[in-house]
Amino acid sequence: MSLLADKTQGPVLVGAHTDSGAAFVPDQSRAERKRSYAVADFTVPNGREEDWRFTPVDRLRPLFEVGPDDRDGVTVTADTPDGVTVSHGTPGSVGLGVGIPADRASAVAWESASVMTSLAVAPGAAPAEPAVLRVTGHDKARLNGHLAISAGAHSRSVVVVAHAGSVRCGANVEIDVEDGAELTLVSVQEWDDDSLHVAQHDARIGRDASLRHIVVTLGGAIVRISTNVLYSGTGGSFEGLGVYFADAGQHLEHRLFVDHEPPNCRSDVAYKGALQGDGAHTVWVGDVLIRASAGGTNTYELNRNLVLTDGARADSVPNLEIETGQIEGAGHASATGRFDDEQLFYLQARGIPEDTARRLVVRGFFASIVQRIGVPEIVERIMAAIDRELGATPQTEADG
Amino acid sequence: MSTLEISGLHVSVEVEDGSKEILRGVDLTVRSGETHAIMGPNGSGKSTLAYSLAGHPRYRVTSGSVTLDGEDVLAMSVDERARAGLFLAMQYPVEVPGVTVSNFLRTAKTAIDGQSPKLRTWVKDVKGAMANLRMDPEFAERNVNEGFSGGEKKRHEILQMELLRPKIAILDETDSGLDVDALRIVSEGVNRVKATSDVGLLLITHYTRILRYITPDFVHVFVDGRIAEEGGPELADRLEDEGYDRFLTPA
Ligand SMILES: Nc1ncnc2c1ncn2[C@@H]1O[C@H](COP(=O)(O)OP(=O)(O)OP(=O)(O)O)[C@@H](O)[C@H]1O
Ligand SMILES: [Mg+2]
Repeated sequence: MSLLADKTQGPVLVGAHTDSGAAFVPDQSRAERKRSYAVADFTVPNGREEDWRFTPVDRLRPLFEVGPDDRDGVTVTADTPDGVTVSHGTPGSVGLGVGIPADRASAVAWESASVMTSLAVAPGAAPAEPAVLRVTGHDKARLNGHLAISAGAHSRSVVVVAHAGSVRCGANVEIDVEDGAELTLVSVQEWDDDSLHVAQHDARIGRDASLRHIVVTLGGAIVRISTNVLYSGTGGSFEGLGVYFADAGQHLEHRLFVDHEPPNCRSDVAYKGALQGDGAHTVWVGDVLIRASAGGTNTYELNRNLVLTDGARADSVPNLEIETGQIEGAGHASATGRFDDEQLFYLQARGIPEDTARRLVVRGFFASIVQRIGVPEIVERIMAAIDRELGATPQTEADG
Repeated sequence: MSTLEISGLHVSVEVEDGSKEILRGVDLTVRSGETHAIMGPNGSGKSTLAYSLAGHPRYRVTSGSVTLDGEDVLAMSVDERARAGLFLAMQYPVEVPGVTVSNFLRTAKTAIDGQSPKLRTWVKDVKGAMANLRMDPEFAERNVNEGFSGGEKKRHEILQMELLRPKIAILDETDSGLDVDALRIVSEGVNRVKATSDVGLLLITHYTRILRYITPDFVHVFVDGRIAEEGGPELADRLEDEGYDRFLTPA
């Protein structure tokens, strides 16, 4: 057994930067947070609550009250390979039976949703191509999303959910990875600058099943994605990868809660973010709970932030709660650093122009995560999107 | 035929309580094909001179001029200086995570030449240069300087010089931290560049041992931010025997 809670620090600390040692955690345990389908069980957040303290709640008001979908304002298209079916129905009271709202926005979306979109991968299926769902909004359309993804036993698949356009979107995503299945789910947020998006992802990972859960958040005024993971059998594996890039005025928030209850499961979380421009704000909260029953757990979580300009702020809060000594490994690392001018100097001293040099460094920063994604077309899209964020057209020599 | 001309160069750095002058009037001319050694005690300003020529933002030129073939180097950005033909092999090369050596070299070559190198000859050139410097081919896929040993970093600097073919190269203590074999390999690399190009060299060093492999045409003794004495290769031997004591003004 090894227990290492390593905390590394970047060269400069920017904005609030807290870790489990210093964090204010009012709950006795992360497990005690309220869960309910009923909106009335959650008061409207005022920003002082533990789970809303970083979020500009005033700007999210519309997503805290029940309201109908703007049906004409949103299009959803599906591209499905053999072995994958997509259908639209009514959510019923418990949806897929995996998720239960954990905050006001999620409960509001749950209650307001008129349609549940189900995406099912047949048991044993191994489609060669990714299944792609495209959600596109117009004119700040209200969308109460409910997406239920089930990966049948022993299937192997990649599912991409791509978000674009202008919305007010509250959403619940339920993810059921049945025994022995391998699912890669990629959620890409390339919203317009005026979009609000608050989503809760709940994943249940079956015996010997694995979920690679990838979140790429580049666009939107406020995006907040809370991902909750639990295991329903032994031998489950969760890999949570995230890439985000916040520009001036953007608030991008990612929260994870991995609940280890059965023994011998693993989780590996790695999120990296870049920030540039005035008021760019990112939040990453990574909670991992290893319950007394979860012997043989192996978990690691990492968050790194790269601050490219003044006036941006990155909050990073890892929190590891361990109730058993019988674990294989547990650790976390979190660091926020400024753009390294020495790296820029070194590259420029070899003739590389400043904008290309900056792009190389930022691409290099993200590369360790992006390379792990392992789906070439997704990797290309992310790299192209990062290049766009850096305000440059991709160049052939910078294939980092 | 190129000429780097440094005259009356004064350079300061910002420190907590104002600014501190480090270079106090440097005059030096380096022409194509010449090899100049700069020797001097710790803290005398040798690296400051090197960084100032390369354009590091930390160093502020307060007076004096630097020209390369008549062009004002001080008016150029860091990358413009490199594209004009200046090269600095650094005393402490910087790690660049996530950027592979091969991508870095190709990007730099493209920038210096103004066009991408022909793929086939380029791959061959890189492989050959690495083999000459006894660098394992796997270095091409490693991230720039990340986890390199001190000696590996220095070889990597010389590799870049070989591939980028500068007009004037400044080598800042490329010999320090190298064992005897590595010193020979790196020196051979420098001599290859000398033999196959018209490079002018400014070799900054503490020790005379590298000068046994790379023969200087001129030796300059650097003390307290300026050149205190100049001579031929024999001056290096004298420094080896006598040290810098006679140049150091009593406090
Ligand atoms: N950024 C800085 N801030 C303050 N002092 C500096 C800075 N950079 C250099 N100096 C000082 O300037 C002087 C010259 O430093 P420099 O690195 O140029 O010396 P050097 O001759 O290269 O020494 P060495 O032989 O040890 O490499 C030293 O006293 C050093 O402390
Ligand atoms: Mg030095």
